Amino acid sequence: MIRSLMLSVFLFAVSSMSMAGVSAFNMRKGVTDTSHQVYNLHMIIFLVCCLIAVVVFGFMFWALLKHRKSKGAKAANFHESTKIEILWTIAPILILVLMAIPATKVLISMEDNSEAQMTIMVTGSQWKWHYRYIEDDISFYSLLKTSDDEIDNKVEKQEHYLLDVDKPLVIPIHTKIKFLLTSDDVIHSWWVPDFSLKKDAVPGFINEIWTNVNDAGTYRGQCAELCGVAHGFMPIVVVALEQDEYKTWLADQLKQKAILIEKEKQSVGETLSLEQLMAIGEQVYVERCAACHQADGKGMSGIFPALAGSKIANVAGDYKTHIDIVLNGKSGTAMQAFKNQLSLVELAGVITYERNAFGNTTGDVIQAEVIQLILNPVQQDSQSSVQSTDQMPEQSKEGVKQ
Amino acid sequence: MNQHTSIKAATGWRRWVYTTNHKDIGTLYLWFSLIMFFTGGLMAMIIRAELFQPGLQLVEPNFFNQMTTVHGLIMVFGAVMPAFTGLANWMVPLMIGAPDMALPRMNNWSFWILPFAFLILLSSLFMPGGGPNFGWTFYAPLSTTYSNDNTAFFVFAIHIMGISSIMGAINVIVTITNMRAPGMTWMKLPMFVWTMLITAFLLIMVMPVLAGTVTMVLTDKYFGTSFFDASGGGDPVMFQHLFWFFGHPEVYIMILPAFGIISTIIPTFSRKKLFGYHSMVYATVSIAFLSFIVWAHHMFTTGMPLAGELFFMYSTMIISVPTGVKVFNWIATLWRGSITFEVPMLFALAFIVLFTIGGMSGLMLAITPADFQYHDTYFVVAHFHYVLVTGAVFSIMAATYYWIPKWTGNMFHEGLAKTHFWLSLVSVNILFFPMHFVGLAGMPRRIPDYALQFADFNALISIGGFAFGLSQILFVVVIVKCIRGGKKAKANVWEDAEGLEWEVPSPAPLHTFSTAPTIK
Repeated sequence: MIRSLMLSVFLFAVSSMSMAGVSAFNMRKGVTDTSHQVYNLHMIIFLVCCLIAVVVFGFMFWALLKHRKSKGAKAANFHESTKIEILWTIAPILILVLMAIPATKVLISMEDNSEAQMTIMVTGSQWKWHYRYIEDDISFYSLLKTSDDEIDNKVEKQEHYLLDVDKPLVIPIHTKIKFLLTSDDVIHSWWVPDFSLKKDAVPGFINEIWTNVNDAGTYRGQCAELCGVAHGFMPIVVVALEQDEYKTWLADQLKQKAILIEKEKQSVGETLSLEQLMAIGEQVYVERCAACHQADGKGMSGIFPALAGSKIANVAGDYKTHIDIVLNGKSGTAMQAFKNQLSLVELAGVITYERNAFGNTTGDVIQAEVIQLILNPVQQDSQSSVQSTDQMPEQSKEGVKQ
Repeated sequence: MNQHTSIKAATGWRRWVYTTNHKDIGTLYLWFSLIMFFTGGLMAMIIRAELFQPGLQLVEPNFFNQMTTVHGLIMVFGAVMPAFTGLANWMVPLMIGAPDMALPRMNNWSFWILPFAFLILLSSLFMPGGGPNFGWTFYAPLSTTYSNDNTAFFVFAIHIMGISSIMGAINVIVTITNMRAPGMTWMKLPMFVWTMLITAFLLIMVMPVLAGTVTMVLTDKYFGTSFFDASGGGDPVMFQHLFWFFGHPEVYIMILPAFGIISTIIPTFSRKKLFGYHSMVYATVSIAFLSFIVWAHHMFTTGMPLAGELFFMYSTMIISVPTGVKVFNWIATLWRGSITFEVPMLFALAFIVLFTIGGMSGLMLAITPADFQYHDTYFVVAHFHYVLVTGAVFSIMAATYYWIPKWTGNMFHEGLAKTHFWLSLVSVNILFFPMHFVGLAGMPRRIPDYALQFADFNALISIGGFAFGLSQILFVVVIVKCIRGGKKAKANVWEDAEGLEWEVPSPAPLHTFSTAPTIK
């Protein structure tokens, strides 16, 4: 029975070998030279294991069938044969050497990070990915797009359930791309199966990996290292474009970036009503804060503090600490710094929301300008004070520390 | 010894709480292990129920993470390890012709602190903030800066389990070294005794490392140290080195005694001597040695230098040589034997096949470039459940069926026991085999919800899980029936079983070998 099981596994594997792309049973071939090599390596080891299994279990089941007492088998009286014992020690060693040679070759080429044509910094944080194109100075966060209603089974699940993001990483094909991986909080692991890439994002350290994609397309992966409550909800989507298409995309991104910076400048001068800010804030809160502090602001006792009725969020007029924690995070806890993740208006909105929702009654209305003043109290109009979603230049970060 | 028997034996609860008798303590360990097996199993049922369909239906992700964490901790430290300690307590003195364990009072203590460790661990599930939710591997900084306030309970529970294990190990080593019957030379030791001895050495060497690691977690979380915090000059990856320096030998702590059990059962029901006793001993020693130089194969994706990756790949691959020697030996023992299929033998044979499958996926995982794809997916989950459930747990069941007539004096109900075996065998494969597929297809482990393409296999896996879980109720039924009565067992329960344990009557009287037997 076991043998037939092994055989069917073997057949599944062989049949899926002939199919290109994704299999429900087997590792995918992927779209890079490396992933093809890894796939082949995997198949070789797998087949060698199957062969060994057939031989070993063959002997075993032969004995079980032929040498049973009910068939009148009398026990032989042999044991300890140096010859056989040397044979079954040496033979596996030879097989292992044969396996190790191709494995070593593939590994050496995978670890060769030299001569990369572009570099992307990948930063994991609870529970999203951040991408920074080092050469082109653009960067953005990539968040799960699947709605809570889908997860809670209230609406039908879409095709790419849990594997869809609001803003995918876009890369050109036929380009050697180096990824620098790190993390803002706990260890995450960036995994795109089609590229055969998996490496941990470790806080305080930088890991390097590279890829060179052959085919344009959309490739999906997930965080592979347990990273907290929403570990299952931080997918990775990479869109690989033809090189000219990529250039168009890049130009478009740079244009959008300029527009965003302009918008941020304007927002400082605008005054929004409580309702407007609450509306903006609620949306941000649901997307970014509710995973920990919960939709009702009550937090999770013993892990994530409540905002409802808290000293920080519910004392009218005393909003300095609240803003500081949202902007800079709270060291030694899971609370992250949001100053680079959200725009001024979004920050203003979410803080206003937190001070006036879940039964909090401060009545405080925080405008973008207030945030801007706290972030950068000295200069107002100069270049470095310009804030945008995650586009803050390095020097102004220095000015934030109070 | 005569002194002992002249004192009126304690009865009722006092017998069990005050006991210094190796058989009673063995029984306590085994019952405790069974209770923990069901507790951890219940958590596995919750996990599989949530994963039955995509979407969140039953539990919150935070509770799901607590279930995966505590399931792992309980099965490793509460079910498998105490079961082997229990078997060692019962059988080692009987097998070497000793009257008891060398340190009977310590033996009592090493058992009785164990229930408190698990009470502490389990109680944290009911505290505000919940129990540990960072995986049984408790990687920092998830278990330090980012864990809930009850982490101290987890740390102290691990400390107590560690103390218990170390004391148990000391007892095994001292007993085997000093209390063998005259004539019982090292190379006459039964295989199970050899494997327990080597396991005990592994325990003494790695448990203190674990204790140190959890203490560093404790001080990082509560006392401001930065062992694992880069912003204070520490290194989160160092945690993993420390943990797996404990963790990999720990894997062998859970499988070496299983090897010993299988090496005992296969010859009995093949009516033939173990093929290569000497090479089995050497293979066990080599595996134990190698287990100390392979730990970083759990960490290939953490960003190691190429030389490190190559070293740990090669050293890991080499482990399959002594492991292969073991499997070949069992098969050579079966070869031209006179084989019968009693229940312990059925479990032992299933062990050989299914453990070998787990060993082969282990070899695949050793290949670093391929491991980048397998790592942290269900392929790994499939691998370690094959070696731990159809490996370690099946061996414990085989051992239970093999020796329970000696313990109770009664034969177990063979029909029920066979049903238990076949139900377990089929369901365990429905449970764990498809995990290879979903893993290769790209499903990460430790997620409470998954993408739609994994739905069919997950439903199947869950069905297998429920079936396997329910089948184990039969195991309890067989055990309880066997304790209550049944056909009386002879001293030598199985036709030609070898070993001193078969020379004492069944059930084994409370005190055996008060005068040492002589070994030819």
